[in-house]
Amino acid sequence: MTTLRIKNAIKQYPNGAQAVKGVSVDVEDGELVVFVGPSGCGKSTLLRMVAGLEEVTDGDIELNGRVVNNLEPADRNIAMVFQNYALYPHMSVRKNLAYGLKNRGTPAEEINRKVEEAGALLQISEFLDRKPSQLSGGQRQRVAMGRAIVRNPAIFLFDEPLSNLDAKLRNQMRLEIKKLQRRLDTAAIYVTHDQVEAMTLADRIVVLNNGMVEQIGTPTEVYSRPATTFVASFIGAPPMNLIPGELSNGSLRIGGHTMPMQSAHAGPVTFGFRPERAHMNGADSGLAVDIGVIEELGAHRLIHGRVGDHEVTVAQDSELPPPDGRMMLAFSEQDTHLFDPETGVRV
Amino acid sequence: MAVTEIDSSTESPSTTKVASADKRPRRKTRVFDHVVLLLGVLLMMGPIIVAFTTSTFDHVTIHRQGMQFGWGGEFLETYKNVLYQEGGFTGEVTGLLMTQNSLILGLGFAIGKIVVSMLAAYAIVYFRFPLATFSFWVIFTTLLLPLEVRILPSYEVVQQLGMLNTYSGLIIPLIASATGTFFFRQFFKSVPNELMEAARIDGAGPVQFFWDILVPLSKTMMAAIFIIMFVVGWNQYLWPTLMTTEEGYFTLVRGIRNIMQQMIGADIPEYNEALAMAILAMLPPALVIIIFQRMFIKGLVEQEK
Repeated sequence: MTTLRIKNAIKQYPNGAQAVKGVSVDVEDGELVVFVGPSGCGKSTLLRMVAGLEEVTDGDIELNGRVVNNLEPADRNIAMVFQNYALYPHMSVRKNLAYGLKNRGTPAEEINRKVEEAGALLQISEFLDRKPSQLSGGQRQRVAMGRAIVRNPAIFLFDEPLSNLDAKLRNQMRLEIKKLQRRLDTAAIYVTHDQVEAMTLADRIVVLNNGMVEQIGTPTEVYSRPATTFVASFIGAPPMNLIPGELSNGSLRIGGHTMPMQSAHAGPVTFGFRPERAHMNGADSGLAVDIGVIEELGAHRLIHGRVGDHEVTVAQDSELPPPDGRMMLAFSEQDTHLFDPETGVRV
Repeated sequence: MAVTEIDSSTESPSTTKVASADKRPRRKTRVFDHVVLLLGVLLMMGPIIVAFTTSTFDHVTIHRQGMQFGWGGEFLETYKNVLYQEGGFTGEVTGLLMTQNSLILGLGFAIGKIVVSMLAAYAIVYFRFPLATFSFWVIFTTLLLPLEVRILPSYEVVQQLGMLNTYSGLIIPLIASATGTFFFRQFFKSVPNELMEAARIDGAGPVQFFWDILVPLSKTMMAAIFIIMFVVGWNQYLWPTLMTTEEGYFTLVRGIRNIMQQMIGADIPEYNEALAMAILAMLPPALVIIIFQRMFIKGLVEQEK
């Protein structure tokens, strides 16, 4: 069944600016959907519309088959984890967890039981009587999640919850969030601008740009068949190389070189390939790259070079000998991508 | 004996000198610091001490010889008189009653100001209503119109409401506070917005958010404003003088003046009692500051959020 249906949601501010321009997304039961995009793309606004913290200008938010557009956040059966945790600083961890339940009129024994359960689940039982200021960043993060868990919501909403943590802790918490979400088997929306978080966490990724959906798909789909040049350059690090070229009669002309390319399309295109999906072949055929700078990263190295006037980056296994001067690149068919140069849409 | 003493004193300096050489400048500045501080204390406390010592003499001595620096031995007598002797025109006011009036005025003034300005700031910061910013600046400009400027119209309003010679008439016209509203507005603005959103998701309505989250967070801020406002309220003179004609509502600050007023008659004014009353009038504000001082500094310097 579908937990959440966002139908053509629009958010327009009183000054006429549109933050969300008609987005439709479904979140299935137990699914973790990640909204990813650059800052200002409307991903947080969309999440806050689901939470009820922003009014919906047009369209519907349907949670468990019920339109919740005009319900208060507390009546929507959602739980949210904020970027800065938003814990109540003057309350102990226990009271932080219990506050929402208390406001709902839950009996005291039940509150106690739920708080203890959440505490055990998140390994914060020993901190229950401390104040948030006495906890580390990771522990506060757990408390914030605990506050969401005790409510038993239909859906969890995470608003960039890991961006205040250092890199090491972030990786650890990322894994924990995923495990926890699997274990609770509750649907979740996770907002981030970090494509690594998006790729690792998501069952499905929604790539947003400029208030509109660029692509919805599994991490593999989004990575291997990006729908637009925006998705292609946003997902993957380093980003996909995009070079303008011209298709005609089964061959692609790029910067004075010609490569065989089977496509029904003809005319100008944007040719894309991933740095890590290019093979260097000793042969003379393929895409010629004039090598510039080489960055050694340990496991692999990044080779920055030029095809004609366009900069490209190629990743190579460090065990291979570094190339010199000029290299020829070959691609498997599924690793080449063609986009319309005008619209940026995949052809 | 003498030889060994000289020996030890000539031998040891080589070692001690080195140690004291880098300590000496520090010790010097420390002594200097203390001298400055002591001078400051003398300057501030001197008049109070002299007022206190003088108040222990009888009024004739004071009239003849001026201020006194010793111990006059009339301490108990004077202070008992000030607190319990019924005086004034009607002969019904005691020092205790005036202290009580002053306390009511000071507390009502401070607490009233905190309540009113917190509510005003809450409305301005958290609710979107037409002309919100405009109303804030209107409130703020009232700072330019202190009570003294508008005292006659204020008196007229209070008089028409029949609130002359009442505690509410004494307090209520004074408790609207632009300063307090401004302080709380700045504080509320610094509270992260997510806290309010989290509370909304947790099902807290506007009243509950105010009571459960904002009020506890503002504790230090409230203490800071309480101190300032209590002292200001306690020291009010002009307004109570206008508002209350019945002696039962007189405050300590007015009482001091009343004693001195006897000058008009042939009697020698009770200088000792006036001074004793001044000392008494100083005590509660001083106590409030001593008790709340740590929270006061905390409220102005840091906030836990």
